[in-house]
Amino acid sequence: MKWKWQYLEEKFIQFLMLISFGLILASLLAILFTILSKGLPSLTWAMVSQTPKGGFYLGKEGGILNAIIGSLYLALGGTLIALLFAFPLALLLNVYLSKTVWADWVRFSLDILWGIPSIVYGAFGFTIMIFLGWRASLLGGILTLALLEFPIMTRAMDEVIRRVPPDLSRAAYALGSTDLETAFFVVTRQILPGVATAVLLAFGRGIGDAASVLFTAGYTDRIPDSLFSPAASLPLAVFFQLGTPFPEVQQRAYSAALILTVIVLGVSLLSRWLSHFLDRYSIQ
Amino acid sequence: MEKRDFLKSNIQTPESRRAKLDQRVRRAFWLFSGIPLILALLILVALWLKSQPILLTHPITKLLFGSAWKPQRGEFGFLPFISGTIWVTLVALVIAVPICVLTAIYLSEYASGRLQRLVKPLLDLLAAIPSVVYGVWGVLAIVPWVQNSIAPLLSQWSYIFPILTKTNPTGYSVLAGGIVLAVMVAPFIVAIAYEVLQTVPFGLRQASLALGATRWQTVKYAVLPKAATGIFASIILGCSRALGETMAVLMVVGNVPQIPRSIFDAAYPLPALIANNYGEMMSIPLYDAALMSASLILLIMVLGLNIFSMLALRHVLRERV
Repeated sequence: MKWKWQYLEEKFIQFLMLISFGLILASLLAILFTILSKGLPSLTWAMVSQTPKGGFYLGKEGGILNAIIGSLYLALGGTLIALLFAFPLALLLNVYLSKTVWADWVRFSLDILWGIPSIVYGAFGFTIMIFLGWRASLLGGILTLALLEFPIMTRAMDEVIRRVPPDLSRAAYALGSTDLETAFFVVTRQILPGVATAVLLAFGRGIGDAASVLFTAGYTDRIPDSLFSPAASLPLAVFFQLGTPFPEVQQRAYSAALILTVIVLGVSLLSRWLSHFLDRYSIQ
Repeated sequence: MEKRDFLKSNIQTPESRRAKLDQRVRRAFWLFSGIPLILALLILVALWLKSQPILLTHPITKLLFGSAWKPQRGEFGFLPFISGTIWVTLVALVIAVPICVLTAIYLSEYASGRLQRLVKPLLDLLAAIPSVVYGVWGVLAIVPWVQNSIAPLLSQWSYIFPILTKTNPTGYSVLAGGIVLAVMVAPFIVAIAYEVLQTVPFGLRQASLALGATRWQTVKYAVLPKAATGIFASIILGCSRALGETMAVLMVVGNVPQIPRSIFDAAYPLPALIANNYGEMMSIPLYDAALMSASLILLIMVLGLNIFSMLALRHVLRERV
């Protein structure tokens, strides 16, 4: 009779697995459904084309253009600065230090940075800004986001560069190119799709992060006009509007959340398409 | 020496200029590659220095194990916040771990190649959703669900398990925070556990199947023992992500500074404390130092778990990378 018990166990565990898998898929669908069904009814053109007017937080006229623009500024700036450091670091790490102990240490500290919670980055950024005598500003937010995105981007690029076939650089060396030239003229071209994915991944993380810009970028109803003026951001717009007791304002929080979700999922899809598109230019 | 002389003597030829540039960048890169390590140390030192005022005036045991939180009277006990963090994280893990491990096993051992390729983008999507959006979902769906369905259902057993006592008329509770967190860390745990399972050599499975074992027996006796360390590490990594998660938890957990006694109690985790009070931290003496030491405590908890799981994972995934 032993085979029968084994058969039952097999079926039972498969049943449990399918349930677990289904639960994870269902929660993804539930989130998208909730955000869509609550956010769509109050999504108007005024929401995305106007800044808050007087009495906005009591349910009067206006939109969240300030938060949309602020978020784009913050995330674009942060991604750009992170890219300036992440790209050379990831590239040269694999060319100059490929299998040394120091490279292990660099990767280890990148992993540590990757795991630091964004609220701690926020607190750290705030500390540094107080030390320098800055107020909450666009620049402070951009720098903090750059700190947050830098390890994500570098590790993602590093993973891609490690998969570059060694024959490619060997061919370049055989033609007499130096390490540096190999890295920037040969390897770079090969990893372009991976770089695009890494940049967009970090951008998505940056634009959705609230805890790190809470201290450092502040919040304002105006569109920031200089690097030293405070900047609003979408996640904080959602958070603050949800915290008010007025249903009209809470409705707007739902549609702000919908806008944020659409941006982030759009970026995620774009990265998929872009890496597929750029794959043509790399050697398989 | 010889190489350097060669470079000097040929300083005009393009070949040597290229080689020299390469050498220069190579030397500069040594400094550049120190940035991540320096940054990590800088964050630790900055938070440590900023929390000095409170660490010097209050004994560390009183800070960590004191439960009185009265900033105006100079009493700073972090126990309610630390225990709130641990409660929410544990509830999230209890929910997420069985589901995630079973899903990872399913994807790695049972699912077809097509399904595996299809699920990866979906997990990425789930991981890409911003935490504020999870928070909105929690407020709209999970909190009312806990309040109206789960709490009345589970509190029937409260005379056996005091942990299920319904003490809180709203749904803003440890359980709501735990459910939202469980969904948030699921893609991380599944993705890493799946990768770990993929590193188990296929010969092991073939040998076990050839002896007449069922698929589940193969998983149970051949695959899981080999993958146990890595799966454990993936769970710890998920745990450390859950510890630091701020906005989503802050929105659904109720934020009452108390030591939770039941999963329906409100709690006040460390990240929520930091995020909620930054506005007034300059007005009360020692308050900013208290919040900075809260960040430091959080950072140390997260770092400890991360370093542990990274060392374990490095060992497991080394063969593949």
